[in-house]
Amino acid sequence: MKHSISVLLAAGLMTLSLNGLAQKTASQGIDEYRAMLQDGNPADLFEAKGEALWTQKRGPKNASLEKCDLGKGPGVFKGVFVELPKYFADTGRVQDMESRLLTCMETLQGFNAAEIAKTAFGRGEQVNMTALATWLAAESKGMKFNLSQANQAEKTFYEVGKRLFFQRGGPHDFACASCHAEDGKRIRLQDLPNLTKNPGDGVGFAAWPAYRVSNGQMWGMQQRLNDCYRQQRFPYPSFASDATIALGVYLGVNSQGSASIAPAIKR
Amino acid sequence: MADPMRIRAQAAGDKATIRVLMSHEMESGQRKDAAGKTVPAWFIQEVTATHNGKPVLSAEWGPAVSKNPFLQFAVKGAKAGDKITVTWKDNKGDTRTDEATVS
Amino acid sequence: MQTRRKTIQQSMVVAGLLASAGFPQFAHAAFNKAGFDAKSVQDAVKAYGGGSIAESKDVTITGPDIAENGAVVPLGASTALTGVKHMLVLVEKNPSALVAMFHVSDAVDANFLTRAKMGQSSDVYAVAIMADGKALFAKKEVKVTLGGCGG
Repeated sequence: MKHSISVLLAAGLMTLSLNGLAQKTASQGIDEYRAMLQDGNPADLFEAKGEALWTQKRGPKNASLEKCDLGKGPGVFKGVFVELPKYFADTGRVQDMESRLLTCMETLQGFNAAEIAKTAFGRGEQVNMTALATWLAAESKGMKFNLSQANQAEKTFYEVGKRLFFQRGGPHDFACASCHAEDGKRIRLQDLPNLTKNPGDGVGFAAWPAYRVSNGQMWGMQQRLNDCYRQQRFPYPSFASDATIALGVYLGVNSQGSASIAPAIKR
Repeated sequence: MADPMRIRAQAAGDKATIRVLMSHEMESGQRKDAAGKTVPAWFIQEVTATHNGKPVLSAEWGPAVSKNPFLQFAVKGAKAGDKITVTWKDNKGDTRTDEATVS
Repeated sequence: MQTRRKTIQQSMVVAGLLASAGFPQFAHAAFNKAGFDAKSVQDAVKAYGGGSIAESKDVTITGPDIAENGAVVPLGASTALTGVKHMLVLVEKNPSALVAMFHVSDAVDANFLTRAKMGQSSDVYAVAIMADGKALFAKKEVKVTLGGCGG
């Protein structure tokens, strides 16, 4: 199968380079394919699971997450996703959605946050984390990003995120910017949004969490960032680490005013 | 027991369109794991549906149906308030039934 | 290994049970192993009592021209004809051609949409098997490609 795929790609690339018109057609075809998948997103299954987990009494403290403060007060879950990451006074940190869920799972339910952070994606409590993240994103679907930059910590994290975005390293000397700092770039048939500015509704930061059909997995922003680092052959960032949150602030603030389509469906 | 399905049932005119998302691995039996062993086939084989208790749909599926399957079909004469149930059964004998009300 | 004869015998037993339980339209509800083992479109159709497949404008196959990923390809099979017994969705170049088989009762439209795994670019088929065994099909080509590295 590998052989036939490389043959197909070679043929495809030849066609693309020989005929600019073919490129538009392929791109249109992909758009049509994506549109066909919109109705009936398996992310719904994870969303349903997350919704149930919010009210379920769990953990050593046998408590639910209903008192969790995600930035708009204890228990408020609608509209919180589009205001994250932000500064939280109770922890003295800037936190993104998954980091804040960790805080609540530990303080309210008694789970060991460090353990969950060390758990691989798709295993153990990370499965529940992803489901909760999917549901919370759905509760802000269509809303516009509105991250705060009022607090000094938030401003600092934006600048840290920006530095990280442009920092080159790893065996390929890549940075996030290698793929995401110019207009009109793509890898094979995948358009690469320019994330140094507002990429528009439903693109980049506004499209995660998303269900990936290629592996049938639900990915939150933490996993998306983790995989970007993997692709650059960097060491993996720790789950919900300041580095990942800072990147989230940079990407989120750049997306200010655009609408979230999360949970989305992706290749 | 397996994770619940998501069923949407919408009436329009003289029928209702039913859209179902099922939570299932749909392992084809073609893949090999990291150790080189074939991952055994595990997939939904039968899907049935009822409308107000009356059987209206019966289908057989193979492992080529995608993971977390999506199914859409239309039930004639179904109107708002009617009950739709969908049942799947897989090759291991596991089964799941969920119901929805037509809106 | 279960012989084909044994499978058919078992199917008949289940069919008999279902028929006697008052659900005659589900007389074939047991899993048709022969159909799902069939390599070719025609063999799969034969397993459900269909004859030689003939192209027909009365049957419709819907699907994308290009699938960004072969793991999830939306495919629809429909027909406005009456007297249809089964609708089949097939991918010609898959290890086994048959993806799904839908019984068409008079309570549902002969119009089904699902998502299939495609191993490679291939023709995809919608086949309507009529009550008299006539098998009518529509097909289209779906190119399967790999996307890039993520997002």
